[in-house]
Formats: sequence, C-alpha cells, structure tokens
Amino acid sequence: MLRRGVRLSYDKTRGAHVLLFPEGVLVPNSTAVAVLELCIGKLTVAEIALALRERYDGVREQDVADIVNRLADRRVLEFR
Amino acid sequence: MRGWERRHAAQRWWGEGPRAGSVMSAEPPLGMLAELTHRCPLHCPYCSNPLELIAKHNELTTAEWLSVLTQARELGVLQVHLSGGEPLARHDLPELVSHANGLGCYVNLVTSGLGLTESRMTDLAERGLAHVQLSVQGASQQTANLIAGTRAHEHKIAAAELVRAAGLPLSVNVVLHRANHDELADIIALAERMGADRLELANTQYYGWALRNRDALMPTREQLDAAEPIVRAATERVRGHMEIVYVINDYHEAYPKPCMHGWGARQFTLAPNGDVLPCPAATAITTLELDNVRDTPLAEIWYDSASFNAFRGEDWMQEPCRSCELRGKDFGGCRCQAFLLTGDAAATDPVCGKSPQRQLVDDILAADGGEPAFAMRGPVERAR
Ligand SMILES: C[S@@+](CC[C@H](N)C(=O)[O-])C[C@H]1O[C@@H](n2cnc3c(N)ncnc32)[C@H](O)[C@@H]1O
Ligand code: SF4
Ligand code: SF4
Repeated sequence: MLRRGVRLSYDKTRGAHVLLFPEGVLVPNSTAVAVLELCIGKLTVAEIALALRERYDGVREQDVADIVNRLADRRVLEFR
Repeated sequence: MRGWERRHAAQRWWGEGPRAGSVMSAEPPLGMLAELTHRCPLHCPYCSNPLELIAKHNELTTAEWLSVLTQARELGVLQVHLSGGEPLARHDLPELVSHANGLGCYVNLVTSGLGLTESRMTDLAERGLAHVQLSVQGASQQTANLIAGTRAHEHKIAAAELVRAAGLPLSVNVVLHRANHDELADIIALAERMGADRLELANTQYYGWALRNRDALMPTREQLDAAEPIVRAATERVRGHMEIVYVINDYHEAYPKPCMHGWGARQFTLAPNGDVLPCPAATAITTLELDNVRDTPLAEIWYDSASFNAFRGEDWMQEPCRSCELRGKDFGGCRCQAFLLTGDAAATDPVCGKSPQRQLVDDILAADGGEPAFAMRGPVERAR
C-alpha cells in the first residue's frame, strides 16, 4: 500500500509521474509507476506481477518484489 | 536486461529532481515555503523568523496569494508548505489550501497548533490538506509553556488528536536547545503518545531570533553527547510506527551542512510581504537585493533575478571551496551563515574546518555565556 500521506500524480509541467510526500518529491520511472498504480489495495506481490503480465512481457515476480522493497525503503510503500 | 524493463530503459530508475551544476542553468523548482504571516500567538526564543517581523498591513492579500500559488504551479512547484508565523492566523487559509490542492500540489501545514479547532481541521482536510507538521516546545507542560512564552502545550496535545481524527499524517517537530535537551527521552515518548508518524528533532539553527538568543540556546557538549544514544535507541524501538529524524547543528561539526539542495535549485520561500527568498533565512544577507511578486512575475524572479543567480552553480565560490572536491555536495555550506558570521555571503561557511575563519565558530563554542536570559520573539504589532 502507498504509505499514508503519499500521493502519486501526473505533473503536466514535467510530463512525468511524481510521488509526493511530506519530505519531498520523487520522479519514479515508468516501471515503478506501473507497479505503484497497482499498490492500491491489498494485492500481494504475486498478484501485482500477474496483473503486470497482462500489459508487459517477461515480468518476473522477483523484479516486482525488488521494486516494492526499494519503494518501501524510501518509505513510499508500507506493508499492510 | 529483463524484457518488460527494456521497454522503458530510456528512463532512469530514480531521479530526485534537478541538481545545480557548475553552469547557470536553473531547473524548475519543486517546493515553495509560503510564510503566510509573521503573526504568531507564541514567542519562541528559538524562532528562525527575522528580527524585523513583517506587519499585518504589509502581508499579501488573498488574491495575491492565490496568484502566487497559480504562478508557482505553472513554474513547476509540486509541494507547498504553508507556514509563518502561524498560518492559522490567516482567515483565508482554507481558500489557499483548496486552491493549491486543486492545482495538484501536495499541501503541508506547518503550525504551532494554536487556533486549530475540530471544525477548522475537518474543513482543511476536506479541502485536500495532505499533511500536518506540528511544533512542540518540550515534554513537560512547564518547560514547553516557558519556551512558548504562553500556555500552548495543552493546545498542542489537542491539536495532535484533531489531526489524527481527520485521518491526516502527522509530523511532530521539536527544536532542541539547552533548555529542553535534557527532556529528549520524554519528548520522544510524548510524540509517540500523540500518534506522530514522524518526529523531527532539530537542533536549533542560528538564524533570526535564534541567533539573537544563541548563547542561551547553545546546548552543552554533555547534552549533545547524551542525546545521540537516546535517539539511536528510540529509533530502533519505534521502527515501523514512527520515523525519527535527528538534525544536528553544524557549529559542532567539521563540515558545514549543505546549502539546501543548492541555492536556487529546488525551492524558494515567499515572505509574508511577497519578497521571494532563495533560502528561508535569506533576509539575513543584507547585501542581497530581493525581488517581490507584487512587482515581478515569479518565473522571472526564479530564472533571472540577481538574488537567485547570486550563488547558483559554482562560479561565485572562493578558495578553499573553489578547488574542494566536496563543493558539489555541500555547495560551500550555508550562504546565510557565511554572511552572518563573516560579513561575506560568498565566503566559505566558517563552520568548515578548511575555512580560514573557523576560529570564529570555535570562539563561539568556547564562550560559555552562563545562563543568559531569553529575548522572547516579539509580537508583530511592533513590526514594520
Ligand atoms: C518558523 S516555524 C512557523 C510555523 C509554526 N509557527 C510552528 O512553529 O510550527 C516553522 C518550523 O521551523 C521550526 N523552527 C523554528 N525555528 C527554528 C530554528 N531556529 N531552527 C530549526 N527549526 C526551527 C519550527 O519548529 C517549525 O517546525
Ligand atoms: S517557531 Fe514559535 S514563535 Fe516562531 S512562528 Fe513558530 S510558533 Fe511562532
Ligand atoms: S572547503 Fe567549501 S566545499 Fe570544501 S568542505 Fe569546506 S565548505 Fe565544503
């Protein structure tokens, strides 16, 4: 789940998705955005990977887990 | 490289926004600190607001603030910190929150909590306020009220509850100094009880009223030494439900804190009268000519003004910074601190061990002023 207080939105000025949170702004790449957009409910990493496979080729669960962990390290995501 | 990543390989993994390079090519700003007013019901002697407070009749009007927010968003600002003084003293605060949120900005309220009621809190949350940063002066009511110069503490406890009830994330901010450093462990416990998601323990930075009160605020070496293990242990203990950030003061260090992310690189500050400051403390640099949004569009000030270009990049640097390998990291330290301590805003921050003027800082540290009395932050009624 996106941590409380974190918002994902699209910035027209920069033409990029941005993650807004109390301590700053991050510009995730589109891979991370694809994952983030699925971090809305109670989906597990496996379920997120499954959903991504409908849109992309070669999605590995481990890659999704890596992204999720990196986002959690940046305190953007939290596990609930 | 994996297939699905290859499709997007052109984009870097993370970017944290622009960096100031050695060439003067400014990127759009990310954040704006809007000091809506200097009026405040508290009188914190550590207040970083300037000694010369701006009077109510010189504050920007609602229409002017709305225009500033629109211009800021067009310029690239994504994060708006509504601060002061006490932002709740502005009756148009709800309108400003709605507007900033409607523009797509992340809106943070930086407040003492005085003046926050249940209906105001609910209203602000409904208007899209994203986050509240609440200041607390101490752990015990007695210390806290003494520092605030008024009965503020109980209001803060109540304010924290209102923020929680509205479902907003809460940061508690405590400025540390000699009079409250010994309460550190209790302060952390208090923040936990208040339900803070984040606790910022910031040693006093010496600007404005804090500089005036430096001798009385300066913690002892013993206090600083005692603090670190307390913070370390607490950080471990509360991991997962509260983040603790401990900010040191660089007088006690060998290297200076970086000048934000670089001068005129990521953010700017709007003073209550519309002056646009490259740094919240920049009114300290009396040689810096400031521009005002009443006369000049914000974008022009950001990209073209003398004040914003004064310390962009590295061309302005003197030795030892000019040839130092750390210059891209700390940008030569704080320009305001350099000016306040040496009289030259382009000097190496004298906090740096490589500065020929480090002695200035060592002398300040060595001088034990005893227990001088606080000069409490004045009311705006006496301001210009
Ligand atoms: C100037 S205050 C204005 C907002 C509000 N009146 C308050 O105190 O929260 C903005 C923030 O700066 C912090 N602050 C004030 N003086 C400071 C100083 N000398 N050094 C570090 N932080 C300071 C406050 O704790 C607060 O979080
Ligand atoms: S730091 Fe204290 S005196 Fe200064 S604006 Fe905030 S509450 Fe008011
Ligand atoms: S000499 Fe200048 S750039 Fe080098 S560490 Fe000191 S302040 Fe920073």
